Amino acid sequence: MYSKTVMDHFRNPRNVGVIDDADGVGEVGNPLCGDMMTIYLKIKDEQIEDIKFQTFGCGSAIAVSSMITEIAKGKSLTEAKKITNKDVAVALEGLPKNKLHCSNLGADALQLAIQDYEDRLAGVERPQPIRKEKHEHSHGEKCYCPYCDIEIQSDITFCDACQSSLEEEH
Amino acid sequence: MKVINLDHISAKPLLPEVKKVMIEAIEKDYHNPSSQHKSGEEAAAVLQKAREAVAQLLNCKTAKEIVFTSGGTESVNHAIKGVAMANEDKGKHIIISNIEHNAVIRSLRRLKSAGFVVTSLAVDASGRVNPQEVADAITKETILVSIMHSNNETGTIQPIEEIGKITRDKKVIFHTDAVDSVGVLPMDVQKLGVDLLSFAANTFYGPSGVGGLYIRRGTRIFPLLDGGVQENNKRAGAENLIGIIGAGKAAELALRDMDQRVAHLQRLNKRLLTELPNTIDEYIINTHPEYSLPNLVSISVQYIEGESVMLMLDDENIAVSTRSACATGSLRASHVLLSLGLSHADAQGTLVISFGIDNTEQDIDTFLAALKKVVTTLRDISPLYQKKASAS
Repeated sequence: MYSKTVMDHFRNPRNVGVIDDADGVGEVGNPLCGDMMTIYLKIKDEQIEDIKFQTFGCGSAIAVSSMITEIAKGKSLTEAKKITNKDVAVALEGLPKNKLHCSNLGADALQLAIQDYEDRLAGVERPQPIRKEKHEHSHGEKCYCPYCDIEIQSDITFCDACQSSLEEEH
Repeated sequence: MKVINLDHISAKPLLPEVKKVMIEAIEKDYHNPSSQHKSGEEAAAVLQKAREAVAQLLNCKTAKEIVFTSGGTESVNHAIKGVAMANEDKGKHIIISNIEHNAVIRSLRRLKSAGFVVTSLAVDASGRVNPQEVADAITKETILVSIMHSNNETGTIQPIEEIGKITRDKKVIFHTDAVDSVGVLPMDVQKLGVDLLSFAANTFYGPSGVGGLYIRRGTRIFPLLDGGVQENNKRAGAENLIGIIGAGKAAELALRDMDQRVAHLQRLNKRLLTELPNTIDEYIINTHPEYSLPNLVSISVQYIEGESVMLMLDDENIAVSTRSACATGSLRASHVLLSLGLSHADAQGTLVISFGIDNTEQDIDTFLAALKKVVTTLRDISPLYQKKASAS
């Protein structure tokens, strides 16, 4: 079900851990699917000097976290801000469609960590890391039924194809 | 490369004796059991022999009470939809529990759109239905109670005998989904007091794609499949004779070897539960300590997610099953685990370890050693474990 690249990053995740004196921290959690991801950044001269992650989640969530750290490491902040969840999925040679919703949160966590760094520079104090609770659809992103993988409208609550009740899950 | 199968709930191997009779059946090229010539009668005789073996396993009054189907799912669909259609003039109320299999839940979703009303009973924290609540839920409109014998995710066994007394007393048809129990534990439909019971042959090392429904004589039920008069007019379509022959042999062996199988599975179960606390910490056992299948243990390992555990154990050549939302395809936490009161995060870390008569105590030890390694690796990555460590 997973590509070779996904399994490689899952088995040998890169850049695992915590940066104790991080310059920026971003946390993404999806309470319905249960995946949680935290990204730590060390910034020097507007460049990502070091990046580490921690993840609670399935195989693809771990692989996504590992891949985003590899892509972002050494990049300038300007470049890093352009990284999207789609870039991560492409670099991983694809993810199962239904996992795109739950597990592909790496770029979201990275962007939150960069925002945290910039906020700190601007003097914003936070007791907790900056955090996003729910996966939000970016403009133009397609939506798939989490049960049968068929493409669906983002505002429906019932999948005609597999008759699953969707409520708030997609 | 030998894989240790601790996922028997998903698939059990065919016993060599079962394989043998099925291969012989293929070579024999049996005719249609419904045909009245010699070849047909020969086929009808082996079909009858298989039916009798299964009837004995369940202690039926007559072999006619067994209807062969394509498996547990069809049996459950037949029981529920067949009773609903045959009894809707009496009422449209059906009682189930919150932890039933999707075959039950989705059959009822279909019936609800036809005007049937369902009461779904909660289970207590140990995962059991309170029989008194069944009694209280029965109304004049109630035509069917369907409560599973054992749960496929937790292994917890329901008080079917007590519920059977209540339904008998109130003259309501009682079905139990015993797909994960028949052939694993001694089963007696007379003692259980059920009118309908669903089972699957693979549970007792017979072929997948074959199962059956016990229908107590006199139970009002319509066929699910209409057509010919096969299976005593209760299930149309030419029989899957090769599969049924395998199921019959498997039933015969299950009855013959029941005591030693149960003893073996209990030994494995005990080994796992005794050694688990010496292997990992911070986990929840979802299986009832007393009323449970001997071959299944459900544990929720905290701070990590089940699909990751399953994939890493797979790399160690150990097959287990997980009930994490991420791995089930439904991407939704299991309704069974949530019914027990588990949090979403804890439900995510749920592993179902199900062993069989082909496992050894060495397999359990190998699994435990691998589990320890995998849990350590994944907790090192987990932000939840880190938070918990810094909080304490």
